[in-house]
Amino acid sequence: MSQSYNRGLVEDFSRWKEFSAGMWAWIFHKFTGWMLIGYLFTHIAVLSTATSGEMVEVNAADLPNVEGTGMTEVPLYDATLGGLESLLIIRILEVGLLAVAVFHILNGIRLLMVDLGIGLEAQDKSFYASLILTGIITVASVPTFLAGVGF
Amino acid sequence: MSTQQPEPESQEAPTDPEFQGAESSVDEAERSGGDIDQTAADPTDLEGETVLIKVFRYDPEVEAKQEPRFDDFHVPFTKGMTALDAVIYARDQYDSSLTFRHSCRQAVCGSDAFFINGKQRLACKTQIAELEQPIRIEPLPHQEVVKDLVVDMDHFYDQMHAVEPYFQNEETPAIEDLEEQRQSRENREKIKMSTRCIWCGACMSSCNIAAGDNEYLGPAAINKAYRFAMDDREPEEIKEHRLRIVEQEHGVWRCQTQFSCTEVCPKDIPLTEHIQELKREAVKKNLKFW
Ligand code: HEM
Ligand code: SF4
Ligand code: FES
Repeated sequence: MSQSYNRGLVEDFSRWKEFSAGMWAWIFHKFTGWMLIGYLFTHIAVLSTATSGEMVEVNAADLPNVEGTGMTEVPLYDATLGGLESLLIIRILEVGLLAVAVFHILNGIRLLMVDLGIGLEAQDKSFYASLILTGIITVASVPTFLAGVGF
Repeated sequence: MSTQQPEPESQEAPTDPEFQGAESSVDEAERSGGDIDQTAADPTDLEGETVLIKVFRYDPEVEAKQEPRFDDFHVPFTKGMTALDAVIYARDQYDSSLTFRHSCRQAVCGSDAFFINGKQRLACKTQIAELEQPIRIEPLPHQEVVKDLVVDMDHFYDQMHAVEPYFQNEETPAIEDLEEQRQSRENREKIKMSTRCIWCGACMSSCNIAAGDNEYLGPAAINKAYRFAMDDREPEEIKEHRLRIVEQEHGVWRCQTQFSCTEVCPKDIPLTEHIQELKREAVKKNLKFW
């Protein structure tokens, strides 16, 4: 053979429309796994910098976790957490986190079943079931997560 | 029979509907390296229902085809027509340089796995009626293209041979057992599906992991290993030897259970299931708590 042609990556991610269930499950599982790791480290960073016990002055009206109105002194932990929880974007991200975690757990169980050789012929259906369940749980969680910020 | 054949009518005037596609004379233009009419046959010239196939073209030896492109062919539709029938028609009627492998036309030889409408399929087992038009026919992804739909299968065959795809025994059986090595019905059932592989390479081509790791044995080779490892007629030591091959770094553990191979296998072999079972066998062999 004198020469041949390598089409490189054209066949891979540019063909996402042709992916089958198992491939989507794999991509989503990777994505959600790494999102959870990302969240875990952010979470550790936030908490570990908020536990000094130092008192800070805040406007009670701004924080959902502080009673009353006007300026008052609260521990840094309350101020940090309250400050974050008062932001709509954080509440929305929390819904996202729940969705990511629920999908990862459900699909994780699916993958464990696949590893045990159980129900491999229904692997596409169990993926769709994971997606649907994730959707239902996520939607059902919205009132709880968004309580107090416009809802 | 006389050797003096009358000139085919179509050479004079393209009135014969069968030959109207040939007017673009792709071969002629190609040889001169000039511009090529990339569309063969005007569908309005053909009687009855036609299908449009878009076929991947590439030929490093022809200047005008060094840059890969798609050629359109309008092929008359007949009931029961397969994708292989369509490319055969295009080759025989429009462009004799269109190159692809095929032989048995009945899903036995495994030579005509193409990438049809975004999926690895055996062309001879793919009904045109079930495909969305226009039908895109490409060579198998993740293998180098030699010409048009012909890909280099060497690597695939190397991986198949790496798992020693033949029956083995430690010693020659006793003379009275030589005639026939019987297998139990149950054991035959167990390996039944795995024996069906026709070495078409569709699974390997569909596998994202195989694409990224050239040393990965790939679904077909692992399935072949399964076929022998699970065969009771081979002694235990040989099975262990086989497991040592598949449990290597680029063996079963590369599989990420994406199910792409199982999805495309034209012989419906549960490839992922077999890979997973070998993973469990490998774990059982190495982890001994009991
Ligand atoms: C009940 C909870 C969980 C279950 C059942 C679960 C299950 C799994 C399974 C089975 C895998 C292997 C996927 C494969 O075979 O390819 C996996 C991968 C992974 N999980 Fe989880 N997991 C859980 C929770 C978590 C949490 C809390 C995190 C992060 C803090 C996480 C992060 C990851 C990551 C990063 C991967 C690797 C993704 C990759 O392949 O690159 N998981 N999980
Ligand atoms: S396992 Fe199936 S897809 Fe793979 S080479 Fe064999 S027949 Fe083809
Ligand atoms: S031509 Fe033999 S498998 Fe298709």
